[in-house]
Amino acid sequence: MDALDLARWQFGVTTVYHFLFVPLTIGLGIFVAGLQTAWHRTGQYRYLTLTKFFGKLFLINFAMGVVTGIVQEFQFGMNWSEYSTFVGDVFGAPLALEALLAFFLESTFLGLWIFGWERLPKRIHLACIWAAAIGSNLSAYFILAANAWMKHPVGYEVVGGRARMTDLWAVLTNSTALAQVPHVIAAAFVVAGGFVIAVSGYRILRERRLAADRGATVPLTRAARGRVSGTADPAMWRTSLRAALVMTAIAGAVVAGSGDMSGQLLSEQQPMKLAAAEGLRHDEKGAPFSPLPGLEVPKVLSLLAAHDPNAEVQGIDDIQRRYESRFGPGDYQPNLPVVFWSFRVMVGFGLTTVGLSVLGLWATRRRRGTPEWFARVCLLALPLPTLAMVAGWLLSEIGRQPWTVQGELLTAASVSPGVALSEVAISLAIFTVLYGVLALAEAKLLVRHIKAGPEPVGPSPGPDLPDDAGAEAAPLVPTLMY
Amino acid sequence: MELTTVWFVVIAFLWTGYFVLEGFDFGVGALLPLLSRSEDERRQLLATIGPVWDGNEVWLITAVGAMFAAFPAWYSGLLSGFYLPLVMVLVSLIVRGVALEWRGKVEARERALCDAGIVTGSVATAFLWGAIFGNLLYGTTQATVLGGALSLALAVLHGAVFVALKTAGPLRSRARRAALAVAVVALPVAIVALPALPSAGQDGADWTSHPLLWAAAVAAMVALAAAVALIWRHREGWAFTATAASIVLATGALFGRLWHAPLPGLTVAEAASGPYTLGILTWIGLIALPFVLAYQGWTYWVFRRRVTA
Repeated sequence: MDALDLARWQFGVTTVYHFLFVPLTIGLGIFVAGLQTAWHRTGQYRYLTLTKFFGKLFLINFAMGVVTGIVQEFQFGMNWSEYSTFVGDVFGAPLALEALLAFFLESTFLGLWIFGWERLPKRIHLACIWAAAIGSNLSAYFILAANAWMKHPVGYEVVGGRARMTDLWAVLTNSTALAQVPHVIAAAFVVAGGFVIAVSGYRILRERRLAADRGATVPLTRAARGRVSGTADPAMWRTSLRAALVMTAIAGAVVAGSGDMSGQLLSEQQPMKLAAAEGLRHDEKGAPFSPLPGLEVPKVLSLLAAHDPNAEVQGIDDIQRRYESRFGPGDYQPNLPVVFWSFRVMVGFGLTTVGLSVLGLWATRRRRGTPEWFARVCLLALPLPTLAMVAGWLLSEIGRQPWTVQGELLTAASVSPGVALSEVAISLAIFTVLYGVLALAEAKLLVRHIKAGPEPVGPSPGPDLPDDAGAEAAPLVPTLMY
Repeated sequence: MELTTVWFVVIAFLWTGYFVLEGFDFGVGALLPLLSRSEDERRQLLATIGPVWDGNEVWLITAVGAMFAAFPAWYSGLLSGFYLPLVMVLVSLIVRGVALEWRGKVEARERALCDAGIVTGSVATAFLWGAIFGNLLYGTTQATVLGGALSLALAVLHGAVFVALKTAGPLRSRARRAALAVAVVALPVAIVALPALPSAGQDGADWTSHPLLWAAAVAAMVALAAAVALIWRHREGWAFTATAASIVLATGALFGRLWHAPLPGLTVAEAASGPYTLGILTWIGLIALPFVLAYQGWTYWVFRRRVTA
C-alpha cells in the first residue's frame, strides 16, 4: 500500500460521501421551491406546512453537502498536485465558474430564505428559494462538465507538459457532459423524489397508527394530546407523495434516456469502461448482454452500445492490446468485478425505483387513499435510488481507471509527489471517523424531525389540535433559525 | 495590465474579501461563550451572522477555485505543501459549519455540543490561516505562531466590533468591553507581526525597495489603533470600518509580498494558465462579479437592523 492507494481511497470515500447529500440538495431544493410556489398560488396551508417540513429536512442535509464540498475542492490540490498542475488551465475554469456563478447564488439566497420569512415580501422570499435551488443545479452542471472532461478531454492542447484550454465552449458543451449532466441531475431528482416518497409513506403509516391510538385511548392530558395529534391535515401526505411520485417517474425517464446516450458515447470514448461493465473479453459483432452471470440475451449489448444489433463491440483483451501499442506497456484494465457489478446495481435499483413510482401513481390514482401495502413499499424508495447513485459513480470513476484524464494522464502520475504516505493515512483516518460520526448525527436528526412531523402553521389548525395551537405556532420561525 | 497580474490581483481581492467577511464570523464564533449569558443571548449573537456566514465562506471557495483555474501550479503547490494544516482547516470548517446549521434543529442538551463545535472551529480556522501564511513567508515556527496569533487576534477584535455594531442591549455593551480587552492583546501582536510582512524574503528588509508594502503594513497598524479608539468612543460603525480596513491592508501587504514568489522557487508567470483561459475568465468575472457583490450587499441591507434579544 502506498500514498497513491490511500489518496485514491480518500478520494473515493470523500466523494461518495459528499454525493450522498448533493442529490438531496439538488432535487429537494426544487421540490421545496415547488411546494412554496403552490402555497403562494393557492393559499392552502398544507402547502406551507409541507414547505416548512421538507424545508427543515432540506437544511439539515444542505449543511452536510456544503461542508463536504469544500473538501472536494481542496483535495485536487492536496492529494493530486500533478493532476492539478496538468489540468488546471482547463479543469480549473469550470470549478472557478461554479463558485462564482453557482455557489454564491446558492448560499446567499438560501441565507435570505432561512431568515427572510418575516422580513421579505412574500414574492421575493419565494424568489429566494428558487434562486438558491437554481444555484445548486447550476453548480452540478459545472462540476459535471469538469468531470466529463476527464473522461473525454476536448477543447485543449498540451503545451510544455500542461493542458492548455483552446475552447471553453467546447469544454462546456462536451458531448460527454451533455449526456452526463441530464443523467446525474435527473438521478438526483429520483433520489430526492425517493426521499419524499419514503418520508410521506412513513408519515401516512404513522398518522394512521396515531389515529387508531386516539380512537382507543382514554382522554389524554393536553401535552399528550399535542404529542399524538399528528398533523393537522393527514391528507397532505398524499399530496407530497403524489408530487414526489410524478417527479420520480419523469426524472426516471430522463435518467434512462440520457443513460442510453452515455452508453453510446462510451463505445467510442471509453470502450474499456463499456467492455468492463459487460465483462466482454473479445471484440464481438452482435455482442450479447448478460443481466446476471449465466444469463445471456443475444445481441443486446450491441444494441445498447450502437443501437444496432449487429454492431461490433470492443472487448477488454483486445482494447488492452491496442492500448499497449498506442500508449506503451501497462495495465489498462479497471477493477473488473467492481465495474461489472456496479453497472448492474445502478441499472437494477434505478429501474426498480422508477417502477415503484409508476406503481404508486397507479395505486393512488383518482383520489384513492394510499393502500397500507404501498405505504410500506414507499420506505424502499429511500435506499434504492441512493445505492443506484453510488453504484453509478463507482462505475463511472473506477471504470475510467487507470486514467485520470482518458488517454492523457494516468492516475499513478497524478498524485502529489511531495505528500507522504503517513500524511495521507492521517487525513484518511480523520475524514473517515469524522464523516462516520456526522453521518450518524445527520441520520438521527433527520429521523427525529420526520418522526416529530411538521409544526402547525396557519390560522386554521385542524380539529385535532389542542386549544392553544395558535400560541404554539408562534415559535415556528425561530426554529428555522439558529 | 497583463492578464497574469489581473488574476493575481483578483485572487488577492477574493482572499481579502474572505478574511474581512469570514473574519467577523470567526470572531463571533470565538466569542460565543464569552459574550452570552443565556440561550436567548446565544441565539441573538449567532443571528448576527446567521443569514450571511455561508455566503461569506463562498469567498474562500471562489478564491481557491480561481487559483486552480488561473495559477494551477500555485494552487497545487500550496495545497499539497500545507497538507496537514489544511486537513485541520477543513475539519474545523466542517465542524463549525455543521454546528452552525444544526444548532437550531437539535435538542436543548445537544446545543452545548454545537456551541463547542462553533467555538473550536472558529478559533482553529482563524488561527490556522495566519499560521499557514506566516509559515509560507518565513518557514519558521516563530512566524507560524505569530501569524496565527495575528489572524486570530484580528478576527476576534473584528468580530467583537461587529457584535457591538449589530446587536442591542446588554450584548452590545459587553461586546464593546470585549473588543477593548482583545485590543490589549491584538495591538502588541500587530505591532510585532505586521512589519514582518513586507520584510519577508531576501530583498524585503529594506524600506526603500518596497515602499507600498511598508505603507500598507503601517497603515494596517494605524487602522487597528484607530479601531480601538473608535470603539472606545462608541463609534461602532466607524470602528468596524477600521478593523475591516486593517484586515484589507494586512492582506494587501501579504499578497504584495507573495507577488514576487507565490511559493518558494515559483514565479507568478510560471504558475499561470494560458492567455486564453485567463482572458475568457476575465470577461466572465467582469460580468458576473458585480451581480454577486450586488446581491450579497443586498443581503446585508435586508438584515441591517440590530438584532434584539
